[in-house]
Amino acid sequence: MNFLLLAPLLIPLLTAVTLPLFRHQPNVREAFTLFGGVLLFIATLLLYQSIDWQSPPELMIAEPIQGLGINLQPDPMGMMFSLLVGFLWPVTSLYAIGYLRGHHEENQTRFYVFFALSIAITQGIALSGSLLTLFLFYELLTLATYPLVTHSGTAEAKRAGRLYLGILMGTSILFMLPAIIWSASLAGHLTFIFGGILPEETSSTTLNILLLLFVFGCAKTALMPFHRWLPGAMVAPVPVSALLHAVAVVKAGVFTLLKIVIYIIGADQVGQLFSAELLAYLAGFTLVVASIIALRKDNIKARLAYSTIGQLSYIVLAAMLANSASIIGGSMHIASHAFGKITLFFCAGAILLATHKTKVSELNGIGRRIPITMGMFTLAALSTIGLPPFAGMWSKWWLIQGTVDSGMLVLTVALLVSSLLNLVYLLELPVRAFFYSNGSTRESPTQKTPVTPITEAPTINLVALSITTLGCLLLFLFPEPWFELLSRLALSGEVSP
Amino acid sequence: MSLSEHLPILIILLPLLSAPLCILLASPKLAWLVTQVACLLSFILSIFLLQNILAHGPISYALGDWQPPWGIEYRFDLLSSSLLLLICGMATLVVCFARHSVPAEIQQKHIVPFYAALLLAIAGLGGITASGDVFNLFVFLEVSSIASYTLISMGRDRRALNAAFKYLVMGTIGATFILIGIGFLYMQTGTLNMQDLAVLLPELYDNRTIRAGFAFLTVGISLKLALFPLHLWLPNAYAFAPSAVSVFLAGTATKVAVYMLLRFLLSVFGIEFSLQDMPLNLILIALGSVAVLSCSLVAIYQNNCKRLFAYSSVAQLGYIALAIGLASHAGISAALLHIFNHALMKGAVFMALGAVIFRLGSVQVDSLQGLIKQMPLTALALIIGGLSLVGVPGTAGFISKWYLISAIIEQELWPLTFVILVGSVLALIYVWKMVEKLLSAQPTEADGTTNNQTVSEAPLSMLLPLWVLVGANLYLGLNTELTVDLAQQASSFLLGGGR
Repeated sequence: MNFLLLAPLLIPLLTAVTLPLFRHQPNVREAFTLFGGVLLFIATLLLYQSIDWQSPPELMIAEPIQGLGINLQPDPMGMMFSLLVGFLWPVTSLYAIGYLRGHHEENQTRFYVFFALSIAITQGIALSGSLLTLFLFYELLTLATYPLVTHSGTAEAKRAGRLYLGILMGTSILFMLPAIIWSASLAGHLTFIFGGILPEETSSTTLNILLLLFVFGCAKTALMPFHRWLPGAMVAPVPVSALLHAVAVVKAGVFTLLKIVIYIIGADQVGQLFSAELLAYLAGFTLVVASIIALRKDNIKARLAYSTIGQLSYIVLAAMLANSASIIGGSMHIASHAFGKITLFFCAGAILLATHKTKVSELNGIGRRIPITMGMFTLAALSTIGLPPFAGMWSKWWLIQGTVDSGMLVLTVALLVSSLLNLVYLLELPVRAFFYSNGSTRESPTQKTPVTPITEAPTINLVALSITTLGCLLLFLFPEPWFELLSRLALSGEVSP
Repeated sequence: MSLSEHLPILIILLPLLSAPLCILLASPKLAWLVTQVACLLSFILSIFLLQNILAHGPISYALGDWQPPWGIEYRFDLLSSSLLLLICGMATLVVCFARHSVPAEIQQKHIVPFYAALLLAIAGLGGITASGDVFNLFVFLEVSSIASYTLISMGRDRRALNAAFKYLVMGTIGATFILIGIGFLYMQTGTLNMQDLAVLLPELYDNRTIRAGFAFLTVGISLKLALFPLHLWLPNAYAFAPSAVSVFLAGTATKVAVYMLLRFLLSVFGIEFSLQDMPLNLILIALGSVAVLSCSLVAIYQNNCKRLFAYSSVAQLGYIALAIGLASHAGISAALLHIFNHALMKGAVFMALGAVIFRLGSVQVDSLQGLIKQMPLTALALIIGGLSLVGVPGTAGFISKWYLISAIIEQELWPLTFVILVGSVLALIYVWKMVEKLLSAQPTEADGTTNNQTVSEAPLSMLLPLWVLVGANLYLGLNTELTVDLAQQASSFLLGGGR
């Protein structure tokens, strides 16, 4: 049992350590990454099935500070995160093989090594049993993803890397670390316990300040004004943007926040805090403004990045409202947005591979050349917007329910407005691709062959992005296991949804 | 008397007597061997000593069997023996590192005197921790100081002479102040034994001579400790000294000065007088804060990595001073913890820089470009050492920072929390400035600095001690039973009127 708990960390870690041995045999190296990925998914699945939620397994790794241990103990949300990353890693590896080869990237071995390392650390975040453990892996994740952000080594990449490291580590040192130490000195320990660990007599002023420190210290949530690192990180290769900056890193941020709300401060307390209300409005502001900025971005990846900022704010908002519906919605959104956004990034990369285009305005009429990619993009966009029959609908449903329950109707409106904006800025791409004709065909007479040859990205990439699109659909059709897992989270503390 | 009873004096005598032996042997190789063996033996003995003290409490040793307070007393308690362990441990690693590093940086004819001076410095620093007699402490201080001036002046850069001279002037002023302070204490009490002083002083707290003596001692020790703004000798001394000496000094010399400060403030004068009646706690907190902020800021603008980390050392000493200024059990423990952890991280960093000098001949930030490819192990060690300095979780630096901030939060001194955190962010900036260079791509032929292309990894004799230090940084970041327990026990002993 204990080994199973450690396996999700060890498998990618061992993969990362062994990969350099095969640096001169790309085929072996990539087969090995895939093998590690599949193994990881199996391991997380086995772990999921073996867990008895009445008494989840626990594993103490070390005790660096008296009374505060580094330990692993999954909770329902962490298990979902672990499964999610475990599933998406092999898929992304599949995609990365096609992408890196098609794009002739250099230092591919380094790429795979740090990718695997980041996955191992993300698993550590997902399965962490205490805030100290979470913080350890949180900081390590920033460090492990830095070489991936600066992969290309250009001056622009270095600048982005500086911003990335500076904001993520700077805020975590300035705000999160004191909040953690403060909590530890108030509570005497940092183990995650449902309903919070802070003593009851803690004054509301203290709680307000702590919450502010935690939220701003967790810049991986990309809440404004600490969001700039995310668009900057888009200089990284597409697989990195897809898995790390749409799933692992950013979701680690909101996951941390939800964990703190549920298990450190306690959702009941957060719901009554003045600062939570303020932060909820800040999240509402972020999600509208980010959507507006996304609308104005011509670069596809930049647009998707701002879209991610907006979507992350949904979860921050959910955490700040801290009622059952919003918590369930927020944690569901971690998974549903992951599937939608990773597909969108995969498609952006496939567009780049097939047509060497990176801007929205260049996509006119391209749909005939890459119908599969653009088709999948449309489906994933629908999921991200929150329309049926896709996964995004479930989480958005609960989120809106959460804002209604809290009585902050302004935020309900903000959610709806932002959904509308999502619709516009995401669907602009397929609309341009399928319904606009590009300038050159307009000039040339129609008798020239109207059938443009299909020049899709490599099959391996299409397979990867189809899998994730299918994921969006399946999560909509069969949400029971998913919902059951997360409602266990609510039930385990007798908060019925 | 069995041999084990002579343990306290043996550890000091071993390096002290090996120094002339080096000169007599007159062969660089043999001198190195003698030094290595002497250090290793002292290290092993100091482990026994610490175990002994953990089991049976403080050890008193009357030199020449003249009973204290008349004779010279050597006295080891938890604090001094763990510091001795640190000195001997660092010395062992440094000498291993020096085997290849020293011949590359020091003229052939100076190698034998170098090892002799190094042994004297070790003996002097060890003697400071051993002596329970203030005048004897001064003597050992001079032994170690003069040996350090010599060691620094052996740097291959001619500016090393200038740096050594500056250190000599400042150090001598400091030593003179200490001597005057000791003289004042002796005038009023008629004793030089620390325990005796601790008994006699409380009645004389209002005595002006005693107060003047206290001031002289504090300022003198602060000079040796490089407490801001008395730190001006340190950056150049570290930057231009031979690599092995930088490692040794960074790991031990200032730490021993902190030990002296703690010894005088807490054991001799007592915490009520030194940190509460006298406003020294405020002075230490204020100067420590300024040191943390200003020197971290200055470090960001350095282009020579050794100078950069020298300024960082002054900032880190600021943390220690600040922690002492808190005048609480938690504060003193945090200070002691940081003495150890900082020695480990700075030792690792300077050793890695020494390995870089050995291969590249330069530690300008720009010359580190792309080094991760040629010297991966050295570069990785440098990165981990740097991250430990920042206080990334999983490293020893994080533990220091945790206990320091906990101690501050305990007293609800919020602005100080902010100082520590901003200091950490500044550390992140100056460390990352270097890391970014290390990780970035190779300089191209067009840059004209193609000498990097032929560089290979440092020899094993450098990597081994380097990675021992890096390993200690990581190990003590996860398992802190040893360091934290020692620091807390030593702190309660000091505050409980120990010695």
